[in-house]
Amino acid sequence: MKKRISFRDAINLALSQEMERDPDVIVYGLDVTDHKGLFGSTLGLLEKFGPGRCFGTPLSEDAMTGFGLGAAINGMRPVHVHQRADFVMLAMNQIVNMISNMRYMTVGKLKVPIVIRAVIGRGWGQAAQHSKSLHSFYAHVPGLKVVLPTTPQDAKSLLAAAIRDDNPVIFLEHRWLYDIQDEVDTDPDSASPLGEPARLRSGTDLTVVAVSWMNVEALKAAEVLKKHHGVSLDLIDPRTIAPLDYSMIYESVARTGHCIVADYDWLDCGFSAEAAANISEHCFGKLKSPVSRVGFAHIPCPNARPLENRFYPSAVDIIRLAEKKLGLPEADLGEEEFFSYENQFKGPF
Amino acid sequence: MSSESAELYRKMYLIRLAEEKIREYYHEDEMKTPVHLSIGQEAIVAGVLHALSADDQIFGTYRNHGLYLARTGDTDRFFAELFGKESGQFSGRAGSMHLFAPESEFMGSSAIVGTTIPMALGCAFVNQQRKNRKLAAAFFGDGALEEGVFWESLNFACLKKLPMIFVCEDNDLAIHAPRSQRQGFQSITEVVSRFDCQTLQSDSTDPEIIANLTRQAVEYIRSRGGPAFLHLHYYRYLEHVGINEDFQFGYRSREEFEKWYDVDPLKIQRAKLTNNGMPENDILKMETAVLEKIEKSISFAKEASFPSEDDLLKDLYA
Repeated sequence: MKKRISFRDAINLALSQEMERDPDVIVYGLDVTDHKGLFGSTLGLLEKFGPGRCFGTPLSEDAMTGFGLGAAINGMRPVHVHQRADFVMLAMNQIVNMISNMRYMTVGKLKVPIVIRAVIGRGWGQAAQHSKSLHSFYAHVPGLKVVLPTTPQDAKSLLAAAIRDDNPVIFLEHRWLYDIQDEVDTDPDSASPLGEPARLRSGTDLTVVAVSWMNVEALKAAEVLKKHHGVSLDLIDPRTIAPLDYSMIYESVARTGHCIVADYDWLDCGFSAEAAANISEHCFGKLKSPVSRVGFAHIPCPNARPLENRFYPSAVDIIRLAEKKLGLPEADLGEEEFFSYENQFKGPF
Repeated sequence: MSSESAELYRKMYLIRLAEEKIREYYHEDEMKTPVHLSIGQEAIVAGVLHALSADDQIFGTYRNHGLYLARTGDTDRFFAELFGKESGQFSGRAGSMHLFAPESEFMGSSAIVGTTIPMALGCAFVNQQRKNRKLAAAFFGDGALEEGVFWESLNFACLKKLPMIFVCEDNDLAIHAPRSQRQGFQSITEVVSRFDCQTLQSDSTDPEIIANLTRQAVEYIRSRGGPAFLHLHYYRYLEHVGINEDFQFGYRSREEFEKWYDVDPLKIQRAKLTNNGMPENDILKMETAVLEKIEKSISFAKEASFPSEDDLLKDLYA
């Protein structure tokens, strides 16, 4: 059955359905049971499943991650939730030195079916410590799966798949996606396989590989490029950056000859560099221009709005880069309306 | 009583002799794995495990040989793992520092200080939810108290009344640094006792005293929900990592060692067996059986094949 729901409700629905289908699924983390329910994503779970399966914790990110590892090897499927991706840094020892190793080191005698959910913050003063995604940190480490859903449908079906997966999964949700509404298949059995990209828009002239929120920017860029230049973008959302089957991306780039990787992260040593290297290697003879990248400016995220505007990559950056790659004049964007969070949200946080 | 004493002696003898054999063969350079030997420490592992059930879950550190041997009784997969062979406990992927045995409820060991303590929390939580009466016991050194994760874990275990035992194996050293250079409080036991848990401590090298102390902890957890904290002192006879003595470097004295060696856990336990009337011949027979088992395992391990390079990429994901 299809229903029009928000990304937030899709997350909530996936959690609720997975807890329903498997009594070993637990959801825990700081404030998951308070009145705000982690931006609404965990609301109602305590009432429905009780304090043994949904509970708040002390801050203790390090120990609470090791706790999840212990619960996972002892038969449960823990979902550990963080209000910001930045906070997961306190748990990196457990994630990188313990959780990721466990299966390989024990020759498969142990499995670690844990999901670590974290929200990526942005805007209205999130600044340096509430704004990061850092997905490439995890993708660098063998043994972890790293998922960044964009659409409400993917939020639901990838989270369901992540919870059912017998491997540790890092699941990163952009805060601005939470209010996006779309048709979602609400069938409790539905799930999408991890590791496969999705084509969000079909086109012939330029491939854009966009991560998380950058898909929203890329869709806007595609609309503007079509209108002003008649150029069509092939937009691919990797959805899972590790492990990732690149074949859809290679097929697209071989066809268009041009590629922009739009990452929601810093560029240096990040997913965009990894993707660009892979695409360049596999599509070398077919490329009409070098693979280009857009991402965060290489500075900590600043607080003030004008600085923030320059820090984050946007639809405009994608448009200008596409024009340059395709040898087109710069379109007049004066009439265009681009995303501004002030249209949806007024502070304070 | 006497069969319990003999069993405790046999377990400690197995640990001591297995590690003495590592010392004997290490120079051949076939065991290419850093070893953190527990010689001098055997009473803690033997005593605590003796008081626990075989399905209680245990967690260790890089100084884990004692836990492995006492819990599993296995020496074949043990030595094969140290030799890096396919027939090793983890097919040569783990080596000495990451040796454990989930099939025997030895659920984790780690070469990073304090990191298995929160794993024990998670296992204890599952056991509490399932009301299966299993306990979780996390072993760690005094150095773990300088890690944030210890306090995070202790706090959470006390908050949730988790059925677990914190076992602090205190040798006063973190590698070479004594506690006086590392901890800004006088007494571990006193600080921990401010938390909502039972705190017990002992300087004994008698495994039966340690087993009895552990039974008190188990009793407390059964009646109050837990957790309990055992603070147990011992003396590390050898260097932090490796097979040698290291008194010549001057950071500790041989006199200190000799004081502890007077109450060496194996010496006192063997004397008890003799005093309880166990014939010398029976003790020797028990020791010989252990020796033969170990020698056989070592020759198996030496002859075994290395893991196939074709398997290098296997088992990363489920």
